[in-house]
Amino acid sequence: MAATTSPDRARHAAALAELDQRDRAWWSDRIAKVLVFGGGISAIVFIAAIFVFLGTQGLDFAVHRLDWGEFFGSIAWRPNGYPPQYGARALIAGTAAVTGVAMLVAVPFSFGAAVYIGEFARGRTREWLKVLIELLAAIPSVVWGVIGLHVMGPWMTALFGVESGLNLLNAGIILGLMAAPIMTTIAEDALKAVPDTYREAAEALGATRWQVVWRVVLPHARPGLSAAVLLGIGRAFGETIAVLMASGHAINIPHSVFDPVRTLTATIAAELGETAKGDDHWQALFVLGILLFLITFTINLIADTLVRGFRRRGA
Amino acid sequence: MTVVDATFRATAVEQRSMTVQRAFQLLFLFTTIVLALPVLGILAELLIRGSPGLSLAFFLDNPRNGMTEGGIFPALIGTLWLTVGALAVALPLGVAAAIYLSEYAGDNRLTRAINVAIVNLAGVPSIVHALFGVGAFVHFMRFGASILAASCTLAVMTLPVVIVATRESLQAVPQAFREASWSLGATRWQTIWRVVLPNSVSGILTGVILCVSRAVGETAPIMFTGAAFYVPLLPRSVFDQTMALSYHLFNVSTQVTNVPPHLPFAVALVLIGVVLSMNATAIAFRMRLRGRKKW
Repeated sequence: MAATTSPDRARHAAALAELDQRDRAWWSDRIAKVLVFGGGISAIVFIAAIFVFLGTQGLDFAVHRLDWGEFFGSIAWRPNGYPPQYGARALIAGTAAVTGVAMLVAVPFSFGAAVYIGEFARGRTREWLKVLIELLAAIPSVVWGVIGLHVMGPWMTALFGVESGLNLLNAGIILGLMAAPIMTTIAEDALKAVPDTYREAAEALGATRWQVVWRVVLPHARPGLSAAVLLGIGRAFGETIAVLMASGHAINIPHSVFDPVRTLTATIAAELGETAKGDDHWQALFVLGILLFLITFTINLIADTLVRGFRRRGA
Repeated sequence: MTVVDATFRATAVEQRSMTVQRAFQLLFLFTTIVLALPVLGILAELLIRGSPGLSLAFFLDNPRNGMTEGGIFPALIGTLWLTVGALAVALPLGVAAAIYLSEYAGDNRLTRAINVAIVNLAGVPSIVHALFGVGAFVHFMRFGASILAASCTLAVMTLPVVIVATRESLQAVPQAFREASWSLGATRWQTIWRVVLPNSVSGILTGVILCVSRAVGETAPIMFTGAAFYVPLLPRSVFDQTMALSYHLFNVSTQVTNVPPHLPFAVALVLIGVVLSMNATAIAFRMRLRGRKKW
């Protein structure tokens, strides 16, 4: 019995093997698919990991020992005092003030530039302006810091006669210039997504180019322009080294643009080196990190939704 | 009876709107120039104030006398290590992610989540990346403060740059190329490897250059993960700490006293020279890519 089935089985297996087309190319295709998928989800993995690592490092302190009333209500940030105080109000105010000044600088100039590049400039001029603005985005933040410290600081003292040139205005202008390129790019994309037929219709009615821009293009591009502002805010808000070097780094709720300020990001950068892993001060800095992460995450999410919206409608 | 005037004459209203139009055009030109000038201004300022400090010895010497004299050699070499390390991690991951998104991913929730994650990863503040690097690589993975930890931190930060640049160039390859390859019996991977990737090399190179330029310029993510204030010896393995150009610039600008005034500008000039020349190369690559899009 067994003797007759065994050759049958072998023949059966051989026939199957002949049908099997899973050659090396097939297997490498399979392996590649898995590897590529691994790479594909890496961005999600890292975002989740950032959240988890920041959360776990700061959690114990945030839940058990941090007085949230003091955190949001007090301006006393004295992690090395007796007892240590963790009042972040001045840091939050400093961050908000610097971001606000940065937007006052960046919004008019980047929108103006976006309109000029998108609606007025032509050919080679346009390409060169775009390149210059892209190069503006490439200047490293520590170089901006040097400019703030050694160039704009002395200018401020000379121009306005203020005691220290390292202040809210200095940091705000620098952050504005740093945020402007991305805002210009996104705003120009938004203008480009407005269909040309709209422009042609308006021009056919005798509108000048400016009237077309003001009455037709800008109103239609509004969601994209909001996205540009949001992304600019995210940029300015999260900037660290330049703001650390140019802002004066003094804990203070600013009352004028010439007051020195201190931001959340700069505090982390300045103090992380002097803490020991796991102590309260270290954990407090991670709490500031979570705060930064959550706020930028929200801003980026909203901005991304807006960008996706106008890209889809434009297409 | 209407008399038709044969020559066009602008009415008062039309003249006014043309004046308004010209005024606004000038205003927008002005705002654009204000944004474009700082690049040239900063370059000029750094050249004027930094170039007296440049010499061959500046590139080849160790810092001396409490960092107030000598050169930047260890910082240059350290930046090279960090950048190559970051690229070694970010490039394979980023290219794989771009291939997945361009060649495999369907229009579903996962793809949308990946895109959202990429946008957010690019928007996370650099100091938050630093905290993540300290928590994840220095302590959790036990890399210590080392080139390895700093490179990994930089890689996570520059990953979106690689993904976006590569994905754009993969998507620019015409679908017909893929279909031709499939119809010859090639597998999906064979098609990607032999047809799609070779046709998007310049886009991937753009991603590489932008990734490197970003990694060279960043300071915050490496401050606590592997960059050192002063290490006279060159690194011998990825577990050593190292000096880095950007962190060195931060230190000679803010931490060291009695620095001669030209020194920060000289270091900044070297740094911005590296970064801007890489970005200019990337832009040139991209223009060539777009110009050649006829296939």
